Amino acid sequence: MVTLDNLTVSYRQHPALHHVSGQFAAGSLTAVVGPNGSGKTTLLKSVMGLLPTDGGQLAVATQRARIAYLPQLSEIDRSFPLRVAECVQLGCWATHGAWGGLRTAQLARVQRALQTVGLDDFDQRPISTLSSGQLQRVLFARLLVQDAQLILLDEPFNAVDSKTTAALLSILQLWHTQQRTVIAVVHDDAQVRQYFPQTLLLAREVVAWGETAHVMTEPHLQQARAMAEAWNESAPLCDVDAPGAHAVVV
Amino acid sequence: MDALYTTLIAPFAEFAFMRRALVATMALSLSAAPLGVFLTLRRMSLLGDALSHAILPGVAVGFMLFGLSLTAMAVGGVVAGMLVAALAGVISRSTALKEDASLAAVYLVALALGVMLISQHGTQLDLLHILFGSALGVDAQGLYLVAAVSSASVLALAALYRGLVLESFDPVFLSAVSQRHGALGRRWRGAGNGVWIWQQSFLMLVVINLVAGFQTLGTLMAVGLMMLPAVSSRLWHASLPAQLANACLQAMLSSVCGLLLSYHFDTASGPTIIGCAGVLYFASLLAAPGGWLTQIFPRLHKTA
Repeated sequence: MVTLDNLTVSYRQHPALHHVSGQFAAGSLTAVVGPNGSGKTTLLKSVMGLLPTDGGQLAVATQRARIAYLPQLSEIDRSFPLRVAECVQLGCWATHGAWGGLRTAQLARVQRALQTVGLDDFDQRPISTLSSGQLQRVLFARLLVQDAQLILLDEPFNAVDSKTTAALLSILQLWHTQQRTVIAVVHDDAQVRQYFPQTLLLAREVVAWGETAHVMTEPHLQQARAMAEAWNESAPLCDVDAPGAHAVVV
Repeated sequence: MDALYTTLIAPFAEFAFMRRALVATMALSLSAAPLGVFLTLRRMSLLGDALSHAILPGVAVGFMLFGLSLTAMAVGGVVAGMLVAALAGVISRSTALKEDASLAAVYLVALALGVMLISQHGTQLDLLHILFGSALGVDAQGLYLVAAVSSASVLALAALYRGLVLESFDPVFLSAVSQRHGALGRRWRGAGNGVWIWQQSFLMLVVINLVAGFQTLGTLMAVGLMMLPAVSSRLWHASLPAQLANACLQAMLSSVCGLLLSYHFDTASGPTIIGCAGVLYFASLLAAPGGWLTQIFPRLHKTA
């Protein structure tokens, strides 16, 4: 579904993703883990085409309209005078665009999505009155409405209580059984082991990528933690351009 | 009853220039005030001011080439405003500068250019006229301009509505769902391909409204009719359609009151209209939900 070949993305010449190669198979459910600054968000943004790449290839085998992306909360204007139902309806943008009318079927889907995230009585609430966790559930409802084949989630369980996290995780499992491809940035190791069949452990470079049990091993985690977080201004220019030179695919 | 008629109706019934001024300001209220609401939503409340200054060199060039011709000055103003908005847009997309910073830089240059042109080729009086306008001097031709611009602007805003809401609320989502790259991933082609078109179209609407308002209210006061009712309307409602309707109503009310007051007390019409909008703003601060009055007299809370 998503194939990375020697992908490098950098900010001010400092790589956030460094010669990353590998594949998210169609229908796979993958957790992306790694320390702060290891390139997890950069990876998702690159797949969305939101960032310029430095080199390498990135192939996404689905239509744009079938990709859904949940960014970290901070990028949304929470004071906007919008009601919960309207916010979820925006999930129909890819199919209905700026002018298409929403029919009963779509409105019913919006209502079902709100039910799934446990917010059925919230449809008329202004989003400015929601808590962070409730807003995250609204955004999950919008994802449900999008009916995407490829779903990218950036720390989807931030600020969400345990009951809702369990509900959202079961939605992820549902997507998985429906053969949708899901890539989620997650920070909770136990969660990763329990719910995600596949894991990509990043530390700017791929530390390990494959079956979760084989990836989340102590040596791999140690190696990821040892990543130097700070930029090294005197680092020499990189001359690696052989495809897959750094990838250790398990 | 008679006194009521002479105060409220007679000025409009008796004088054609009052009727024209009324129609022009009503039309502007309908088209400009909703744009103001969107500007506040995008935290660009001061952008109207910046663009109104940006229009000046265009108006000046129109004036220099064709004299005091409304059409020439309007066309010049639109061209200058759009150039400034587009240039600022290009700069903010291609550099690290944010929209407001690049616009500030570009409009200041444009303003300097405008003042330079006017001071070289016009008189003090022309500058004052352009800056402050005169609602009572609107002729039939000016009225057509205002009517055409307002109608086009209201229709365009309706067409842009959903995109503008999404782009203001969650631009990352919009660029995620609207950017086209083919079946195979491509190298990046400019951030937010599908996003900037909404912003630019919206800025164009702001420009044509300011130009339409400049003869009636002057470039500076036209901003007042756009922003003041918009800011007060946001205090009243939690939903966007209600805010838009409220802003239009407040703008229209200010226009009627302002025209009547300026007629009876012989004050400049533009500033009087904006003064009325200011009074409504103060009233909103006081009486709107969550305003000063409710803070002084808090209501009891519910059990759930």
